[in-house]
Amino acid sequence: MLPLIFRRLLATIPIMGVVALFVFAVLHFTPGDPAAILAGDYATPQDIARIRAHLGLDRPFLVQVGIWLGQVVRGDLGTSIFSGLPVSTLIKHRAEPTVALTILTMLISVLIAVPLGVLAAWKQGSWIDRAVMVFAVSGFSMPVFWLGFLLVYIFAVQLAVLPVQGYVPLHTGVIPFLRHLILPALTLSLIFMALIARMTRATMLGVLNEDYIRTAFAKGLASRTVLFRHALGNAGLPVITIIGLGFALLIGGVVVTESVFAIPGIGRLTVDAIIHRDYPVVQGVVLVVSGVYVLINLVVDLLYVVLDPRIRY
Amino acid sequence: MSDLNRRQFLVGSTAAAAALTLGAPYVQAQKRGGTLRVIPHADLKVIDPIWTTSYLTRNYSYMVYDTLFATDAHLQIKPQMVDKYSVSGDKMKYSFTLRDGLKFHDGQPVTAEDCVVSLQRWSNKDPLGNLLRAATGKLQAADKKTFVLELKEPFGLVLEALGKPSSNVPFIMPARIAATSENEQIKETIGSGPYKFVREEWQPGHQAVYVRNPDYVPRNESPNGAAGGKRVYVDRVIWRYIPDAATAAAALEAGEVDYYEYPAIDFVPRLEKNPNLTVFVTDPRGNQGWLRPNHLHPPFNNKKARQALLYLVNQETVLQGTIGHAKYYGTCPAYFMCGGGLPYESAAGAPAKPDLDRARQLLKEGGYDGRPVVLMDPTDYPSIHGATLVIRQLLAEAGVNVDLQAMDWSTLISRRARKEPPKEGGWNLFVTWWISADVMHPAVNAGVKGGCDKAWFGWYCSEQMEKLRADWVRVTDPARRKQLAEEIQKLAYDEVPYVLWGQFVQPTIYRKNVRGVLNFACPVFWNISLEA
Repeated sequence: MLPLIFRRLLATIPIMGVVALFVFAVLHFTPGDPAAILAGDYATPQDIARIRAHLGLDRPFLVQVGIWLGQVVRGDLGTSIFSGLPVSTLIKHRAEPTVALTILTMLISVLIAVPLGVLAAWKQGSWIDRAVMVFAVSGFSMPVFWLGFLLVYIFAVQLAVLPVQGYVPLHTGVIPFLRHLILPALTLSLIFMALIARMTRATMLGVLNEDYIRTAFAKGLASRTVLFRHALGNAGLPVITIIGLGFALLIGGVVVTESVFAIPGIGRLTVDAIIHRDYPVVQGVVLVVSGVYVLINLVVDLLYVVLDPRIRY
Repeated sequence: MSDLNRRQFLVGSTAAAAALTLGAPYVQAQKRGGTLRVIPHADLKVIDPIWTTSYLTRNYSYMVYDTLFATDAHLQIKPQMVDKYSVSGDKMKYSFTLRDGLKFHDGQPVTAEDCVVSLQRWSNKDPLGNLLRAATGKLQAADKKTFVLELKEPFGLVLEALGKPSSNVPFIMPARIAATSENEQIKETIGSGPYKFVREEWQPGHQAVYVRNPDYVPRNESPNGAAGGKRVYVDRVIWRYIPDAATAAAALEAGEVDYYEYPAIDFVPRLEKNPNLTVFVTDPRGNQGWLRPNHLHPPFNNKKARQALLYLVNQETVLQGTIGHAKYYGTCPAYFMCGGGLPYESAAGAPAKPDLDRARQLLKEGGYDGRPVVLMDPTDYPSIHGATLVIRQLLAEAGVNVDLQAMDWSTLISRRARKEPPKEGGWNLFVTWWISADVMHPAVNAGVKGGCDKAWFGWYCSEQMEKLRADWVRVTDPARRKQLAEEIQKLAYDEVPYVLWGQFVQPTIYRKNVRGVLNFACPVFWNISLEA
């Protein structure tokens, strides 16, 4: 296992390098100039040129790439062109809300969707199955911003039981932390619930027709034991994949949800930086998120080995 | 807009300004303490008020820094950090003495040297500062509290420059910080203003936090705009940036925030009906909309084609399509804005009314050959996007072949600096707007500068205009200044540096327990208290 982890971690380096170079190139060839944004309304072309020179944006593209890669190798992601704050500080500020939202979303999704998927497979063709599938299709179909505003309107504006917006860190108390996160997590989890429930149902249907499941039922084992220990254990791999993908997608930031609920997460940081052409911030965030993405994939692959002893890398 | 509506708007804005003379906003025995939670109009990204002209950085700086002079709600320039000042008979030598007890947030006293270095940095960057610097012979400290300004040529706007209300404002910083090049961003946030910035709680994209400066010594007068006694009643002010307008409005209604600087105009009618909220226009003079042509390239390198724009832009149509609510806008023919006691309001030189036939005729006389006219459209900036779409329609009705190019605002402000022909990545037209403080007289109004290469984007080029503006800056007699401003406007209507698409205000909305909000060109947060 350890050599596998080591090999995979080594492999992340070229992947992140390619991602970093691609993003660097795309950003620098996109119209828009941070120097012009900074220079403001009264700036002359000479002022803009001075600021470009001060920021090093007048240097050849490859020189800029080289300088940036040199910084990254030294563990320095650079500083924001606008605020002058280190990119690592900006990411650190924004990581907690995004990680918290991701974990809560996936927790809600898995706790509700997996039992629903199992139930739908077990009661295939019944009204329960149909109800679960209607729920899944609805979850896919509802736009996140619409659902977000709907939940805000019901729970925050009309019933006034939850806050409209914002994020409260965990260290200030579990209750306020959950009160602020529950609506955005519910908004996001509906999509993942739908995805996971469908996937669980589909793989469970295949497993439930296996001989060993029939044997387990014939032995007189309780349905719950057969379904959740014998069947779900073997149907779990695709579900783990979906959960892993969900983590990876959410950790990269969910801009719409973060905007609707005013959560200062990674997604908003990225979009703000793109809008303002704050190159170091965009490059830093993409680099970190791509690293996390690769690591999550590694964890998923390792879980395959744990769950299915037949799998060897 | 009908004449009646226009009059209502102008009377309303004048009345709002006049109401202040009764001293309404100065509330005696206001409650102390609490945290004022504010939704600002944008995110605080830059903390150097000289390095950038960002309005939000200016607002931040009014919290953290103080100014030598300040503009009050009636556009009068009043001493602020300055205790007393003297002017020589020929108005060529000024001496300024600072008030007692002025201290920076690091505990150091404010000295005359700090003021001199701060003014030098500001005057290297700000256009009005550039003019003052060009007229200055000597600026130096005479002692710890006094500094002297000697002019080498007449300059009628010394106090107006030192009390300039909007970006770039000559804020006073410690000399060691102000010694930073104006092209480099300062790293410290030490001012002598009524609030201290809590640097460690600043999260760009999320929040900026200020605490009351206990060492601040306010003037004895009542607060008035940026002038008078800046008394702070709340302990903390938190600016919480909420990018989504619907979320921000819901947060205000739910009581999660106290003050929403500029709600999207679409939400205002709903919020107006909420009995827990107060709608207040902090700047009754409002904003001026511009359509800026590029003077370098056909068709708008021809005066006749630019004059055609005057006749085809119907202010009422554009304002109705962009702002929508008649009580928040008004048509105005004055290049230096209308209403609210603005001194240079005039209709001199303006066309009597929009006239599409006349516009078509002028386009023809201007040699317009049907070539595509590139109109830049920032789709992520709702008010400008709206005005751009209406103007596009008006251009099309006048027979202009419009190439509407959608882009984000960041791309537009990069592209507007490009002088290439439109086919090679340049442009012909774009829409923007300015607050009153930035356009209210010929020295601050960037649009009427005719300095060709040195003029604002669009590069209006007029020797005659530059001469008139230079004369305007030099004169000290108010009557002569008014006369010159009118001549400048007449010339502007002939040469058309830009086209006005109207005047509009942006209401601020806050909860009923918020008291003492002041009228000024930008939001200021002293004098505000939170009542039970």
